[in-house]
Amino acid sequence: MTGGSTTGDDGSAAPAPAAPEKRQPWPLWEVFVRSSRGLSHVHAGSLHAPDAEMAVRNARDLYTRRNEGVSLWVVPASSIITSDPDAKGQFFESPQGKDYRHATYYTKSDGVKHL
Amino acid sequence: MSESNASATRITPGNALRPEDIAAADLRPSADVAEYALRLGDDSLILSQRLGWWISRAPELEEDVALGNIALDLIGHARSFLSYAGHGLDKTEDDLAYFRREPEFRCAHLFVQPNGDFARTIARQLVVSHYQFELYSRLMHSTDATLAAIAAKAVKEVDYHRDHSSQWVLRLALGTDESRRRMIAGLKLTWPYVEELFVDDQLIDTLGEAAVRPSTLRAPFDSLISALFAEADLDIPAVPGAVGGGRAGKHSEHLGYLLAEMQVLAREHPGATW
Repeated sequence: MTGGSTTGDDGSAAPAPAAPEKRQPWPLWEVFVRSSRGLSHVHAGSLHAPDAEMAVRNARDLYTRRNEGVSLWVVPASSIITSDPDAKGQFFESPQGKDYRHATYYTKSDGVKHL
Repeated sequence: MSESNASATRITPGNALRPEDIAAADLRPSADVAEYALRLGDDSLILSQRLGWWISRAPELEEDVALGNIALDLIGHARSFLSYAGHGLDKTEDDLAYFRREPEFRCAHLFVQPNGDFARTIARQLVVSHYQFELYSRLMHSTDATLAAIAAKAVKEVDYHRDHSSQWVLRLALGTDESRRRMIAGLKLTWPYVEELFVDDQLIDTLGEAAVRPSTLRAPFDSLISALFAEADLDIPAVPGAVGGGRAGKHSEHLGYLLAEMQVLAREHPGATW
């Protein structure tokens, strides 16, 4: 033990392996939290975990410590297919100027009482 | 909480029993109940101090937080029990945590055992969480309303601690050769201190239905551990029991060092607030 703490490791731990192990980092998971009201799950962040069961437990520890939710989803980050940030133009700019896709574009006919 | 302004990031404190409520309440526990509350409070306080060491040292950041959360849950239980004991001893929770000497602590030996490596800490967590779960799930029916209320709050948290330790036992035991070797070694170092948890004594006889008889927890504890060990392909370590005496203030060399670190600030600056 190298630290100054007296309450931790007493040196009885197993000796470190001779050669430093080449450790695979834990995979990344995306976390979705649903708050107590009947809302959708909302993306809250990400975390590392060795497997799915531990991922949902880590999510509980990292993202619901302050009463934020009643339900959790975790999804392997590698399973999420994202839109291409370089394709913003072709993906997202087309609706601009197409006001007729919004209900507010239309005026209500006089004969319609309840709309 | 108002439903109308709920959101995914809504933060609420909840309305569970808090240590401050116990400290502020007008409670008069008998000397025996106070002594019993000291035992339960000291177990959690000392283990919490041990677990705090892992912050920044666990295998991954996520596990730092998991162990930190468990330590904070335990501090919460300790504060409630010590606040309650304090009503009977005319002391505050801080008086009891920071200004008692080694022989005045009532924790069992298991709780002060060194962290060792991660597997040894998990072995200790396994025993503690299963023991405390069995204890609190019965103490919540205590004839002492305050003990029952503290236990009812604690049992849900300890249930999660039980899950955390079980999951790690399975992963370490069924993981690599190295993780399995370490898990077995950790259990072997932990098991001598199991027996003390289940010993009855005169205080327990005196308290009757207010307390839980430790010996009655042994069978359910063994059955849960056996089921987990069967799944993890582990054997109960065949090791002799260590000398007990923690409940009577007889401690090993470990407690003095732990208390020195835990108490130094409060003793150096008595009454300081921040």
